[in-house]
Amino acid sequence: MAAPVKRWSCVGKRWVLAYIDGGSRHGRGAAIGFTSRRKRGQSSVAQQPLITAQKSRKGEHEWEAVVGLEIHAQISSNSKLFSGSQVHFAAPPNSLVSFFDASLPGTLPVLNRRCVEAAVMTGLALNCRINKKSLFDRKHYFYADLPAGYQITQQRLPIAVNGSLAYSVCVGKKPSQVSTKTVRIKQIQLEQDSGKSLHDEPRSQTLIDLNRAGVGLLEVVLEPDMSCGEEAASAVRELQLILQALGTSQANMAEGQLRVDANISVHHPGEPLGVRTEVKNLNSARFLAKAIDFEIERQIHELENGRKILNETRSFDYKLGCTMPMRDKEGKQDYRFMPEPNLPPLLLHDTASLPPGADPQQVINIDWIRERLPELPSETREKLIQQYGMLPEHSFALLNEVGLLEFFQNVIKETRAEPKKVTSWVLNIFLGFLKQQNLTVNESPVTPSALAELLNLLDRKAISSSAAKQVMDVKRGNPRAINKLMGLVRKATLSRADPTVIKKILERKLSS
Amino acid sequence: MRARAVKLGLRSWVGWRRGFTSKADPQRSGRVTAEVIEHLERLALVDFGSQEAVARLEKAIAFADRLRAVDTDGVEPLESVLEDRCLYLRSDNVVEGNCAEVLLQNAHRVVEEYFVAPPGNISLPKQDEQEPFSHN
Repeated sequence: MAAPVKRWSCVGKRWVLAYIDGGSRHGRGAAIGFTSRRKRGQSSVAQQPLITAQKSRKGEHEWEAVVGLEIHAQISSNSKLFSGSQVHFAAPPNSLVSFFDASLPGTLPVLNRRCVEAAVMTGLALNCRINKKSLFDRKHYFYADLPAGYQITQQRLPIAVNGSLAYSVCVGKKPSQVSTKTVRIKQIQLEQDSGKSLHDEPRSQTLIDLNRAGVGLLEVVLEPDMSCGEEAASAVRELQLILQALGTSQANMAEGQLRVDANISVHHPGEPLGVRTEVKNLNSARFLAKAIDFEIERQIHELENGRKILNETRSFDYKLGCTMPMRDKEGKQDYRFMPEPNLPPLLLHDTASLPPGADPQQVINIDWIRERLPELPSETREKLIQQYGMLPEHSFALLNEVGLLEFFQNVIKETRAEPKKVTSWVLNIFLGFLKQQNLTVNESPVTPSALAELLNLLDRKAISSSAAKQVMDVKRGNPRAINKLMGLVRKATLSRADPTVIKKILERKLSS
Repeated sequence: MRARAVKLGLRSWVGWRRGFTSKADPQRSGRVTAEVIEHLERLALVDFGSQEAVARLEKAIAFADRLRAVDTDGVEPLESVLEDRCLYLRSDNVVEGNCAEVLLQNAHRVVEEYFVAPPGNISLPKQDEQEPFSHN
């Protein structure tokens, strides 16, 4: 047990200096007298009996952190935003590049209909107002992976504005203590992705692959309504699930389909906002919260020691676990925004304003898209809670793993067992088993039918709960469990069944 | 181009003037300062190599300034001469690409099938060290 360490810690929405068990943020201190604070109409945060505060320390300050996010999601489409070259993750370098993507003179952008639909769907799912007229602009800067010297984006009038995203955070030690928060969405805009730079330091050169140049991106700008890394990570996670449910982006951070930049500042409660820094390269779900919290603590530390925060761009170094100033970002950038002269305004319609006799391929109807929106994760969770009497945190867990919900629903279909039993088995034993074997749901050797059958046996009381668990053990590769199981089956059949037959049946069942 | 940029920023005649005079005030002196020239050169990599070029720029600005004589109160800015055109929507099909060889022919240096670039942006030399801009 490490000695208690004084660290800046997030309690509710405040950052305070407190003694905590060394190395861990949430120690086992007694409940303290921090009252919950209501902030901007959000649901109140329950008391946090997590850390012991040293109240008597002279000069102890309270800080509030403000975190805003800019999230770039690669649109799931066959071809790029303004050209007909393919969108694909791994391909030989520069093989998915058209003349336009390479910015050869004389080429022009042609807007991809699917990308517009994806933007409208995402805007509707996030409660935004869809702008019936939106505009494209050029954002100029020099970098080798941006062959045109500018990026086509939507700075003046984006396609969707003023939305909201609801997400959940844990407010206590128990998983049942969740609270719903909302972050406002400033805007969603369509823009081009840049190519990829591979830095070759030893040879002092950079290798450029333009396969990614021109791929459609949705930039989702979240207002600075979040106050710590955990909130930001939860919001990003929920956005990821929404994008995946809509099919507008696969939002896989590992493959670079979802990238997050954070804008972070700190200030004393009641005082104006502090100088903010931008932290880029937050491309891992695991490190997102860590990086943001590190930057908050760094800023507090600097200010507490009388230094100033520079309005700069930093990147997160995963190996060192800290943020560092980025090179090549000297001073404030002047992007010289100008309208994209080759693209007229993008006009969208609703049922009331559809031009008569228009080519359906050339017209986008917002109402038509709204009617066909798939079910969002929040609706799915609500249905699970209503239909199966599930606890909210279980509904979250079921949606949190790819393929788990479908697995669960397939088991439910084939089993007589009570939904609560199924939930418990799927979330605890089945998921635990997968995690232990480091498998995804789709790689599971246990099929929904197999689990359903097992649960049926359990339900019929043909086997005991411990026996059922042992079946899972056998799947884990524990042969002794088979013999135990044999013993139980023999008991159940009152020793009338032939042992060799039992073994054969068990082996057949277990290997399916 | 200048005319369009002027209309873009224009919310009100006064607001535009205030915004513009922070960089240079042609109304007052008609001169564009060396500081502004250096800033423009860095941003756009345009080479205002001579006093003649700067004088030409000042004349162009003065020419565009004549637009201010027009009363544009309550008039929506013109963003694009294409504003009455329909923005064509392309179907999401793969119809191009697969021409790495052709594209790489344009490159000065190539490694396997990658374009080669310097390790980072090369800063423009400071004003006193300035020479005609050239690729390395």
